[in-house]
Amino acid sequence: MELNDKLLSSYVAFENRVDTNSDIHEIRSEAFQNFEKLGFPTKKLEAWKYTSLNSVLKQDYSLFPNKENSIQLADVQKHFIHDIDTYKLVFIDGKYSSFLSETTHDTFDVCLMSAALTKPKYKAVIENYFNKIAKKDNLTSLNTAFANEGAYIYIPRNVEVEKPIQILNFTTGSEAATMLQPRNLIVVEQNAHVQIIERHQSLTSNPVLTNAVTEVFAAKDATVDIYKIQNDDTNASLVDNSYIEQKSNSIVSVHTFSFGGNITRNNLNFYQRGEHIDSILKGITILEGKQHVDHHTLVHHIEPNCESHQDYKGIYNERSTGVFNGKVIVDKEAQKTNAYQKSNNVLLSNKATINAKPQLEIFADDVKCSHGCTIGQLDDEALFYMQQRGIPEKEGKALLMFAFANTVLESVKIPEVKQRIAKIIANKLNVKIGFDL
Amino acid sequence: MLKIENLQASIDNKSILKGLNLEVKAGEVHAIMGPNGAGKSTLANIIAGKDDYEVTSGTIELNDEDISELAPEERAHNGVFLSFQYPVEIPGVSVTNFIKTAINQTRKAKGLEDMPAKEMLKMIREKSELLEIDRKFLSRSLNEGFSGGEKKRNEIFQMAMLEPKLAILDETDSGLDIDALRIVANGVNKLKSEDNAVIVITHYQRLLEYIVPDFVHVLYDGKIVKTGDASLALELEAKGYDWIKQELV
Repeated sequence: MELNDKLLSSYVAFENRVDTNSDIHEIRSEAFQNFEKLGFPTKKLEAWKYTSLNSVLKQDYSLFPNKENSIQLADVQKHFIHDIDTYKLVFIDGKYSSFLSETTHDTFDVCLMSAALTKPKYKAVIENYFNKIAKKDNLTSLNTAFANEGAYIYIPRNVEVEKPIQILNFTTGSEAATMLQPRNLIVVEQNAHVQIIERHQSLTSNPVLTNAVTEVFAAKDATVDIYKIQNDDTNASLVDNSYIEQKSNSIVSVHTFSFGGNITRNNLNFYQRGEHIDSILKGITILEGKQHVDHHTLVHHIEPNCESHQDYKGIYNERSTGVFNGKVIVDKEAQKTNAYQKSNNVLLSNKATINAKPQLEIFADDVKCSHGCTIGQLDDEALFYMQQRGIPEKEGKALLMFAFANTVLESVKIPEVKQRIAKIIANKLNVKIGFDL
Repeated sequence: MLKIENLQASIDNKSILKGLNLEVKAGEVHAIMGPNGAGKSTLANIIAGKDDYEVTSGTIELNDEDISELAPEERAHNGVFLSFQYPVEIPGVSVTNFIKTAINQTRKAKGLEDMPAKEMLKMIREKSELLEIDRKFLSRSLNEGFSGGEKKRNEIFQMAMLEPKLAILDETDSGLDIDALRIVANGVNKLKSEDNAVIVITHYQRLLEYIVPDFVHVLYDGKIVKTGDASLALELEAKGYDWIKQELV
């Protein structure tokens, strides 16, 4: 059965498992109808011109993996940022694992979407925030239709969460192919601060398709730092739809590290509803083989005196392909906007491809907006310099790539994450340089 | 040490070196001077193995071994060091980590284990003192935001760490104020021994007051057209190059 049909027919089964007499379910049903109408995106859509999901949609996915899995800490521990004390929300095949998670706290909520959607305690927050900024496009609608499980994080006023929160989604391969649709909601109230690390990881080479939606609300003076680590198996594909709304004086940064996976599509959307907001979007992409990553960013400057900073670095080897589509909208009212966008790419092979497209829609007249896309090879002069000092070509290239990616790595605020990323980069480049990058 | 015979090289079919001969023995300091565009930097780059140039004839021997087919890193492993006129910036890699990598990769090529950390630290301390380099400087990203003088001093620091047999200083004096020049020259002199050799490429006599050459060569139009002792540099400083050009006619 085609995935489209399978999803439509399994909706009834899904409805048997959730409370259908709720406001939430009305939202789901509406989203379901929307997806029924729209179907999966095809390359005919401008936004999907360079990314085809066809090969991914052909798999016979299990939509609600149900087999018992006996995952032990040892199986997944290496994917944790475990050198630091963190809160952890661990999902195994889409189901919460209390055994692997760690959520002990009292001043804020780190819990499950399934609980938040049903328990009265969370009702007010859900009513105010759930599905409020998520787009009504096809894949977001599909996620909303089946929205049931994921991370729910609520940080009240003035609370500074001292430890990062990890959201970890593992697939065990207990099914021949698995489709997951985690739904996350993160609400950070006035002057609160939180750091979040997000990871999707398949533990086998069985195909996985994840269609995730995350909504983030940063109230006045809030600070939110999100790190997305995408270093998955080459049979795992991910569509990550993130929607972020910011109020005055808030600072939100999202770092996306795309090192692996089959097809990865990041839809990262920022909406600035207030003044003196700072939005930071950074990424490092290092691909090989036939991997494909598509970064679609949107920053919507709605009010005056705000900033956005985008800095994406990409290194593409072999037959890998990348897309950077960065859209910046500056509304007429959004005077004194500073919007910066950079996409710098290095192609290491003749067969690698990058499609970079800045899209600026500026309706205000007193703004500073810049964009720059570069595509090049590694600097021969710099490589010669290193070789002259006795560093062989391969190691020299690795050092240069590291240096190239460094402006993004530099702004990572959690040292353990920075080290982890540096280590992944070193592994990726397959070199032992003689010091820890 | 170094023996170059009838070296001819071109870039993009433009002939730059036109039959150059040069012999440098262990323990010697040679200065190469000459007008802009004579081929001085080309010569330095070709000895170091940069592949932008096409060597159309001639040989380059280092300690009786032909090195003209070796990769730049192999030449470095054999003891060739080139102090760059424009050192490259490498963000995110500290001076210390870079030099550690360079030393250990060189050791690896010789079948040696990594230098023990303690020994490395001791060496870094000694050599940075020699060049009056501040410790904070060593943890900065390589050449990033360095002043011209800092870059050159860092080049000589690396040279001190790598202990090459043949060091080529390509306009190391440009961009240096008089204090930095003195420090750099002092460093080079202290590293000088009977077992190594230095080639100084410069436009000016200034550096040669501190690093006194045994031979001064004038490179003009791709060839060495005149060789003398240190006094030749003074003469060039006073009279320029025109008289040499006229001598050639």
